[in-house]
Amino acid sequence: GLGGQGVGEDSFRVWERTFCRGSRPRSPRVRMRFMLLFSRQGKLRLQKWYLATSDKERKKMVRELMQVVLARKPKMCSFLEWRDLKVVYKRYASLYFCCAIEGQDNELITLELIHRYVELLDKYFGSVCELDIIFNFEKAYFILDEFLMGGDVQDTSKKSVLKAIEQADLLQEVRARDDEEEEQEE
Amino acid sequence: MPAVSKGDGMRGLAVFISDIRNCKSKEAEIKRINKELANIRSKFKGDKALDGYSKKKYVCKLLFIFLLGHDIDFGHMEAVNLLSSNRYTEKQIGYLFISVLVNSNSELIRLINNAIKNDLASRNPTFMGLALHCIANVGSREMAEAFAGEIPKILVAGDTMDSVKQSAALCLLRLYRASPDLVPMGDWTSRVVHLLNDQHLGVVTAATSLITTLAQKNPEEFKTSVSLAVSRLSRIVTSASTDLQDYTYYFVPAPWLSVKLLRLLQCYPPPDPAVRGRLTECLETILNKAQEPPKSKKVQHSNAKNAVLFEAISLIIHHDSEPNLLVRACNQLGQFLQHRETNLRYLALESMCTLASSEFSHEAVKTHIDTVINALKTERDVSVRQRAVDLLYAMCDRSNAQQIVAEMLSYLETADYSIREEIVLKVAILAEKYAVDYTWYVDTILNLIRIAGDYVSEEVWYRVIQIVINRDDVQGYAAKTVFEALQAPACHENLVKVGGYILGEFGNLIAGDPRSSPLIQFNLLHSKFHLCSVPTRALLLSTYIKFVNLFPEVKTTIQDVLRSDSQLKNADVELQQRAVEYLRLSTVASTDILATVLEEMPPFPERESSILAKLKKKKGPSTVTDLEEAKRERSADVNGGPEPAPASASAASTPSPSADLLGLGAAPPAPTGPPPSAGGLLVDVFSDSASAVAPLAPGSEDNFARFVCKNNGVLFENQLLQIGLKSEFRQNLGRMFIFYGNKTSTQFLNFTPTLICADDLQANLNLQTKPVDPTVDGGAQVQQVVNIECVSDFTEAPVLNIQFRYGGTFQNVSVKLPITLNKFFQPTEMASQDFFQRWKQLSNPQQEVQNIFKAKHPMDTEITKAKIIGFGSALLEEVDPNPANFVGAGIIHTKTTQIGCLLRLEPNLQAQMYRLTLRTSKDTVSQRLCDLLSEQF
Repeated sequence: GLGGQGVGEDSFRVWERTFCRGSRPRSPRVRMRFMLLFSRQGKLRLQKWYLATSDKERKKMVRELMQVVLARKPKMCSFLEWRDLKVVYKRYASLYFCCAIEGQDNELITLELIHRYVELLDKYFGSVCELDIIFNFEKAYFILDEFLMGGDVQDTSKKSVLKAIEQADLLQEVRARDDEEEEQEE
Repeated sequence: MPAVSKGDGMRGLAVFISDIRNCKSKEAEIKRINKELANIRSKFKGDKALDGYSKKKYVCKLLFIFLLGHDIDFGHMEAVNLLSSNRYTEKQIGYLFISVLVNSNSELIRLINNAIKNDLASRNPTFMGLALHCIANVGSREMAEAFAGEIPKILVAGDTMDSVKQSAALCLLRLYRASPDLVPMGDWTSRVVHLLNDQHLGVVTAATSLITTLAQKNPEEFKTSVSLAVSRLSRIVTSASTDLQDYTYYFVPAPWLSVKLLRLLQCYPPPDPAVRGRLTECLETILNKAQEPPKSKKVQHSNAKNAVLFEAISLIIHHDSEPNLLVRACNQLGQFLQHRETNLRYLALESMCTLASSEFSHEAVKTHIDTVINALKTERDVSVRQRAVDLLYAMCDRSNAQQIVAEMLSYLETADYSIREEIVLKVAILAEKYAVDYTWYVDTILNLIRIAGDYVSEEVWYRVIQIVINRDDVQGYAAKTVFEALQAPACHENLVKVGGYILGEFGNLIAGDPRSSPLIQFNLLHSKFHLCSVPTRALLLSTYIKFVNLFPEVKTTIQDVLRSDSQLKNADVELQQRAVEYLRLSTVASTDILATVLEEMPPFPERESSILAKLKKKKGPSTVTDLEEAKRERSADVNGGPEPAPASASAASTPSPSADLLGLGAAPPAPTGPPPSAGGLLVDVFSDSASAVAPLAPGSEDNFARFVCKNNGVLFENQLLQIGLKSEFRQNLGRMFIFYGNKTSTQFLNFTPTLICADDLQANLNLQTKPVDPTVDGGAQVQQVVNIECVSDFTEAPVLNIQFRYGGTFQNVSVKLPITLNKFFQPTEMASQDFFQRWKQLSNPQQEVQNIFKAKHPMDTEITKAKIIGFGSALLEEVDPNPANFVGAGIIHTKTTQIGCLLRLEPNLQAQMYRLTLRTSKDTVSQRLCDLLSEQF
């Protein structure tokens, strides 16, 4: 007779894949990959990467993810699977705050992490708006750095973080000749 | 101008930002930016030394321009200068610039490291904080080399301030993730564990993150953290909502720390009884709190509270040992399934999936089936519906399979395109797994093809054929059903394939019915023939020759069809050959010979005898996570599908058109490993020396060669372990995903894959990877990512050594990792004239390497072309005056240089030989590429 050929020599390979979701062993690995702030118009306002990523790849990811998130409707859930990551996002007024975490990380606590960051910005700028973040982008970075390091929470206490930032502000010298110089320059 | 300008507002910066915002067009913006860049450049180059403030301002402007998406190629030196400023804000901006725009320039890194060293030694906590942040932000190997020894000391020193401790802990964590080999364990580890007892909750939070990651790789070393974590958790969950002051978040005490502690506990099995009792109390308290009325209406309150709850449920599932807790968790999630918050419904569906796999809670999960089905029908968000599909799949068993499969099929009619293929696979698996009545199985698969034929991959229809062939009781029904399904005026090509195959084997079982006489069956199939693709037509031709044997009465009709010009002179060589050979076979062979050659297919080896064993096996070693990839894999590895082609010697000599285009199918199959008794090198069960690296596994060379022209596939497989690869390369960079699948049902312990680069390779090829979990559960799969940088051209390949413990024995496997120079090829198209001009330019004798060798595989033009393209170079048509020759061109990208490469392959069919000539600007590159490519033909 004819030899059994072709059919299903290892046709299970693909089938196996579907078993991975749902019953995969949970690994305690937790990591945030990046955080983005962008406007409803799709303008990137802040980006923080916690895993080395090439500039080209970053741009591609930002573009792609903004598209996905901006297309979502208001009542939809705040989590979505994207590439091999989970994206947690929330919109505050005109700004989207968006974190990409690894599949096993805790979604709700990430959502509150975003909220805490917004609170910190709010407290620092006094009712923060998009313009504050545009004109003081370096401050937005400093506050984020004070709050998160390498994608992990450094301190969740609002007081501690703000104290650190305020101390830094106190350290800076007031530059009297600031304005004059600028006038000359422009 | 905005009113806000906190601290040291840099007015020049604000003006510039305003200008940019006022630009009406992209062109105007670019113009303004170029003007600014020119201004900054001239300031930096100017004779007048800039003061710190100006430097800071300009560096900040550059940063802003970069963040707008423009490239910045200067200013690094000025930023580095700022690092050594004594003014905090100048230093701060300098560090920010470095963090965002780190340059791999080694000279610069040395200067940066110097500045960091000074700040770390300054004992000024704010300066130390900045330095630690910079290390964490950059996280490169050079930084790890410089500071991995220093940071643990800072972390555990008695006089270090709390805020610095927090930064040091997370900084160390970052370095450990990037370069674990550079962070040595030592005395400091026990002191880090005791930070769990620290007064300062911020310190505890940061330390918990660090310990969790370290404990995954070194569970023994951090074992004492379990009891400390439990008592800390216990203190938090029993505290009043105001006890923890600023660490209480919307009335929830320390939610971040609670989540992290629960996460840390998931690194370990359930603790000893004493600690365990306390932990159970904690978990019960958390579950109880979920039932209490909320202390605030704010969503932040419920999110924080539920974040802790979900993490507690994760731990309960991880332990999988307390039936009470598991059932309570399930009930809690059941409540969330109907919650008005979409987020909670999503998470409940997701979390229940894992509960469904526990024997203690499987039944409890099943009680929610109606709610989940309802979610599938009513949820407005596709990501939630996706979770519902997952959960239905996870909760499926023999008792509810028919209902779940029916619901999934009906959902499939309207399902989003993005998830259809996955649903098809799930339905196919469930239908097979829980089929009691195989007629139901056949109906289900045919329904799948009808509803979503485009999404039914080969595996699915191969499988239905396999099962029908193996089960006598369903063959007649299958023949009748496909015959009926084929009556539809427009049926999917996959149905034609299944129908053709099944009728070719079992058409005789329904031929007694005059409504499905042999001639009617044939006419029905042949009416679809011209609408089908080549592979399907090839399959149908095989069905026809089978009919010749089954039904002598239609022999002449079929011979007429085979004899027609459209078959015998078909432009497709495979179809033509089949027609010629089948026609000849039907004419010359005696009835006996026909009957023998075209006999019914014998049963396929039973793989599915024990469903449970299969499930366990299937769960793990999936080499591919991406379905598209998987499909490509399949079509590259399987020779033409389940065609009932006769095994005539001449037919076998020609590769089928759907055969592996890259010719990889011709390579020896992946070794399945010798039997354990063979005492082979593959699984050295007797070896005890954990440090010795195993010699290369047999077959490693062959497998290695298979990957030269492709990037994905199975690299290694034995009875225990399967290693799959998926990789991508761009310019001089690459990324490889290594999938380790545990094929057994027993845990692998101390699982340690190591990449080994020989000394001279190390300088030329930079590999970075993160460690994997030391424990690989039975049937599980872990993934490791290797980031690859080609620094300079190289010859040797890295070796992947894997060591682990399996059921008390030490296992040690080594395989060559197929990272070869040609992966960094970028194809270059060029015209004939250009090609020959360059060819002549590279006429220096050292630049050319030539090899004349015998063909190891059939000399097929199309396959050769595909291999050259797979090798990475462009295939240039109409360049060589002799059309039988192949010419290619490309550029090898390395970090240090780019090397132009030209190649020419001249086949000599008569002698079954090839001559391959490589010309590149570098002799070692010519040699290596020539060696690699010669092995492929």
